[in-house]
Amino acid sequence: MPPLDPLPLAASASNLLAAREQMAFTLGFHIVLSCLGVALPATILVANYIGLKKGDEAAIELAKRWSKAMAVTFAVGAVTGTVLSFEFGLLWPHFMDRFGAAFGVAFAIEGIFFFLEAIFLAIYIYGWKRLSGWAHFWSGVPMFVTGIGGAFSVVAANAWMNQPQGFTLNAAGKVVDVEPLKVLWNPATGYEVPHMILAAYMVVGFLVASVYAVGMLKGRRDRLHRLGLLIPLTIGLIATPIQLFVGDTAARAVADHQPAKFAGMECIQETGGHQTEYVGGVCTSDGVKAAIPIPDLDSFLVGFSADTKVTGLNDIPADERPPANTFLHLSFDLMVGIGTALLGLGAWFAWVWWKRRDIPKTPWFLRAVAVSGIGAIVALWCGWIVTEVGRQPWIVQGYMRTSEAVTDAKGIWFSFGLVLLVYAALGTTAILVLRSMSRRWREGGESEETGAPYSPPAEAAP
Amino acid sequence: MSKADAAAAILWVGATFYALFGGADFGGGLWDLIAGGPERGERPRALIQRSLTPVWEANHVWLIFVLVVLWTAFPSAFSAIFTTLYVPIALAALGIVLRGAGFAFRKSIVGLQGRRAMGATFAISSVLTPFFMGTVVGAIASGEVPAGGNGDAFSTWLQPLPLLIGAMFVASGAYLSAVFLVGDARRAGDAEMERYFERRALGAAVVAGAFAVAGLFALHSEARYVFDRLTSQGLPLVILSLVCGAVLLAVLLRGGRRPLRPLAAGAVVAVIWGWGVAQFPYLLPTSLRIDQAAAPDPTMTIIFIVFAIAAVLVLPSLGLLYTLAQKDLLESEH
Repeated sequence: MPPLDPLPLAASASNLLAAREQMAFTLGFHIVLSCLGVALPATILVANYIGLKKGDEAAIELAKRWSKAMAVTFAVGAVTGTVLSFEFGLLWPHFMDRFGAAFGVAFAIEGIFFFLEAIFLAIYIYGWKRLSGWAHFWSGVPMFVTGIGGAFSVVAANAWMNQPQGFTLNAAGKVVDVEPLKVLWNPATGYEVPHMILAAYMVVGFLVASVYAVGMLKGRRDRLHRLGLLIPLTIGLIATPIQLFVGDTAARAVADHQPAKFAGMECIQETGGHQTEYVGGVCTSDGVKAAIPIPDLDSFLVGFSADTKVTGLNDIPADERPPANTFLHLSFDLMVGIGTALLGLGAWFAWVWWKRRDIPKTPWFLRAVAVSGIGAIVALWCGWIVTEVGRQPWIVQGYMRTSEAVTDAKGIWFSFGLVLLVYAALGTTAILVLRSMSRRWREGGESEETGAPYSPPAEAAP
Repeated sequence: MSKADAAAAILWVGATFYALFGGADFGGGLWDLIAGGPERGERPRALIQRSLTPVWEANHVWLIFVLVVLWTAFPSAFSAIFTTLYVPIALAALGIVLRGAGFAFRKSIVGLQGRRAMGATFAISSVLTPFFMGTVVGAIASGEVPAGGNGDAFSTWLQPLPLLIGAMFVASGAYLSAVFLVGDARRAGDAEMERYFERRALGAAVVAGAFAVAGLFALHSEARYVFDRLTSQGLPLVILSLVCGAVLLAVLLRGGRRPLRPLAAGAVVAVIWGWGVAQFPYLLPTSLRIDQAAAPDPTMTIIFIVFAIAAVLVLPSLGLLYTLAQKDLLESEH
């Protein structure tokens, strides 16, 4: 590249921003749906199991309804996931060119899980009427296994971007040897994978429960609503304390593996012991302003001692520091804050349940559950912001900068604009469709039947 | 056969399955699009919807399989293709989103207006998506993708050959779909729909054949390497495809009730493998050979293991899904 020509540089810097925005947006959209793909099957199967075991009609009806909703969310998830795999080539071709041979291994394995999930999901969703009860239940069990396997593979690929290993580069920077097991079992796999799978169970648990909490607040207190609240809420509440433990371990590992990311998200300016933990605030080069300071806590959390030395940004080369530290810091705090609040919600519920075998009577409990779903999704987004923005400027930590990976193609801002429009329509329609399904269930009891795409419901037809 | 050649063969196997099953699903969208108004098109649309509903997502995964094998086993080819043909690829991605979402939403939305809007989205994008995929394949076959990537964003695929291949993709999907739907109509004992899709299978066969002949001429002038090998090493497969197509036409014209699907599939599979043989040993004729683009051996080993698992687990599961669907044990209207 001619050194005195600023235009290509400017163009690629602009491409970089557009490509990162588009990737972040499409990933943020898809990840909510992929949580449903990972954790909704288990939730449905629990309801299905209860229904079959106890002959509980309400539980069976819930499993049916949730599987119909899943038919919609899985379709949207399948296509938005496809967009992400296209974006690897459309936005980050140089990344794939250099490292596809190494980290592609994880996606090759994911392909199998996605395949099996799509197959058994179809059998389960469309098998309600003609397959016998337990055969139908067992046809759904592979969805649960493949959801976890798929999450493992995809998140292992992301973990590899944070802790790359298992490959040999030649002098030209080309991958000449690969150790697939090391790619899959990289140092970040052990905490990123369970963190994400638990996040999926929390998102699904609280999101589904929040739907029924809203219904109960509107006075629908039948058995269907009670079970619809209790089953997913229990799943979310079991996942939450484990998640806090895993997340705490992950944060310590990040401090060790990716000190720049940790310094960015905790806004640590100077390396040393006795680091203050700041809650909230604005990160500046003089430290955190307008925050609640807790002396020594940051050092203590990293190494269980106030003397623990934590790397500050002053020891990170200027061109290797993560951007937007305030954004990172607040995202991290918000994630931890929401997680803690959900833990509190669980403790409240567990206490009352232990005392009286019932959900707390006050409407404030239902109100809290009603917002917990959105809260879990926000925490999920925040976590991914910390992971991805915190890794910048690297796409492959220590090996390749995101600016080296981005495409030279023209029109990325245009494609980002188009993606925003299409996804806005997609998201809106999906929510409208799900709402109208739930309204029909409420009004019609049993689900609607349509004979043909444009014909009226079958009951009305001659 | 080298490891790289074996991985390329796996890529082709994935592409074959996608063309057969994914292609037929797109074809169903085309028949939905031109089925006429809500009343006239009601029965064919109902049949199409019943056939597609339980299987289209699983069929779609073959595309993911192809992408993943391409970027893992041949990363430089993946990058060269995506930095050159990003316009038709992005349009195909857009089409995939609109097709899938439109189809899924149409079933669940209330109100004729909303259904028709979703149906139109599904049906139009079912035509555009395979068209743009075909232009990508056509541009690769005609040697427009340089090994280093970053070929021209438009002149590489806005050429007679890529556009013809795009049209051929649409037509052969429609052909496969019509033949599959004939079988579905037979099974449902719906003689009228059987004849309906027989007529359409005939029409689509003629159109696809015409595009194929035109494509041969374009291949002759724009993709000499591929043309020469297609008419020598690839000739048996070309003939096989022609024979399958001709027998199928004869069966359709005589109104026989012989199984049609193997013939239709054979015609399409033979073309895909003919193309593969004609391109060999290039991934990007004539700038990037398979061995030049190949990932290191251990990566290829993982591809083989994954493929073996797919053969042991995925294919029987797909078989189960198709069998249940064919036995009407899966209901599209819950």
